[in-house]
Amino acid sequence: MTTVDSSTTTQGPAPASAWRSLGDRVRHGETVRIFGALVILCAAFSILRPHAFPTTANIVNIASDASVLLVLAVGGTYVILTAGIDLSVSGVLVFAGVISAKIMAALGGQSVGVLLLSLAAGLVAGLAWGLINGVLVAKARIPALIVTLGTMGASQGAALLITNGVDVRDVPFNLVLSVGSGKVAGVPWLVVIALAVAVVGGVILSQTRFGRYTYAAGSNAEALRRTGVASARHLIKVYAVAGLLAGLAGYLSLARFATTTLGGHATDNLSTIAAVVIGGTSLFGGRGTMIGTVIGVFIPTVLQNGFVVLGVQAFWQQVAVGVVLIAAVYLDQMRRAARQRP
Amino acid sequence: MSEPLLEARGIQKSFGQVHALRGADFTVHEGEIVALIGDNGAGKSTLVKILSGADQPDEGQILVDGGPVSMPSPHAARDLGIETVYQDLALAADLDPAANLFLGREIFRSGLLGRLGFLDKRAMARDTANEMARLGVRLKDATAPVAALSGGQRQSVAVARAAMWASRVIFMDEPTAALGVVQTEQVLQLVRRVRDEGIAVVLISHNMPQVLEVADRVEVLRLGARVARFTAADATVDDLVAAMTSGTTEERAA
Repeated sequence: MTTVDSSTTTQGPAPASAWRSLGDRVRHGETVRIFGALVILCAAFSILRPHAFPTTANIVNIASDASVLLVLAVGGTYVILTAGIDLSVSGVLVFAGVISAKIMAALGGQSVGVLLLSLAAGLVAGLAWGLINGVLVAKARIPALIVTLGTMGASQGAALLITNGVDVRDVPFNLVLSVGSGKVAGVPWLVVIALAVAVVGGVILSQTRFGRYTYAAGSNAEALRRTGVASARHLIKVYAVAGLLAGLAGYLSLARFATTTLGGHATDNLSTIAAVVIGGTSLFGGRGTMIGTVIGVFIPTVLQNGFVVLGVQAFWQQVAVGVVLIAAVYLDQMRRAARQRP
Repeated sequence: MSEPLLEARGIQKSFGQVHALRGADFTVHEGEIVALIGDNGAGKSTLVKILSGADQPDEGQILVDGGPVSMPSPHAARDLGIETVYQDLALAADLDPAANLFLGREIFRSGLLGRLGFLDKRAMARDTANEMARLGVRLKDATAPVAALSGGQRQSVAVARAAMWASRVIFMDEPTAALGVVQTEQVLQLVRRVRDEGIAVVLISHNMPQVLEVADRVEVLRLGARVARFTAADATVDDLVAAMTSGTTEERAA
């Protein structure tokens, strides 16, 4: 029961400042800074290559490159907010892609039914790996780093076993032409889907009890448990969501590349974690936003694209992302230390 | 005198060979601050765990308003209007006070959005502001994450959470152990305020002068049983220490 006088609870709204938390404002400030970095990056590449970088075609290209990573990073944001980590997404993505491709090949044809059925199969495959991760982390209490390192190898290996190590290439043209390279009002379907996932993920994170428990689990799991919340079950759900989204990412990758790209995703897990952390989510859990993750996904993608456009060896992108990632974690630690003074 | 608000009778609890409680009694009356004291190992924590539903007694009875009750879980204790402020506070440091006060007991929006799990943050912020005002807690910034608050203010948030949901009793485990002088006084003031609002407070403390200062009554545990009861106004620190260290199982009348 609440002890508050009911006559006051039905009265008008509290002042806006009361329900927009300082944390939001601080994180907002952080988000603004990351966004500023992205803008500066884009401006620099635009000035250096005004006819190649800031073109519609190139922007569409960048957005398409970012979309699969964004879907993974939405799940990664939830996992990292609980102070967990999910290394398995790269393997799960490939595994789910293989399952979808095999279903397509087995059913044959180009019908919408086949496409949807194979999508469902991929999502279920991703969800299954996510549930395995969640149960092992939350119930068996094995560190997430180890659990997901194990399932990363297992899912990648399973994908290779199913395909004998040979990419499945008979992806229906309809899928490639629609989801893979089709556009709606000039925006690629891939980008529309990824942004929709990010928006839904962001709204759930900031507005619902599921999101609040995610923050609380990373902030103080014991406190959450003591209030009577089934915190282990919540953790399982979070890993399940990450697995489900890895399944979706596998399907999108299939649509984009028209093949299962067995060997092409080995570093997707690290890219995902880098994007989430660069976007301001704390590796120690409890702090972060989805909008930060969206911006965080674009920083490595723009770097990669910009280096290609500049004619710099694209390998520099990996070096740059590594440096930015370490800097982002360092800044997070400094913030934490500054705040934790009694 | 009316029925005790909360009463424990003959509580026994063993952990293997260790008899933590050997027929312990404990009484809380309406609108009082009662201090529960005892040396290390006297059974205070075990008794508090049992009375807040976190642990189950082997033997003995718990009565609320004179009627026997069972508390198989902290949930059950909370349903009886009994809340606990843990020594580590059990706050989610990254969330603001309102989110902490309502953690696990969120208010949802009305209609479809509410059924989908959407939170009514506005209502929770408003109820939190009212609760803080009622208890006289002034937070530096009511919308900052709890981690940004001082130790005393964090303690105040934890107490306010308990006070918001408790209708009968709040257990507080060493609420001032980690605080400075000024903050300690603020928290004790808050404890009195909670009592004045009609909620009984059980204070577990090692600080004898503080116990005599703030409590109305003192109950002393020794070797798993109640050995003495004092009215705080009539007791001295020496009385308390004597009872804690050499009290017999025969009780002294309050």
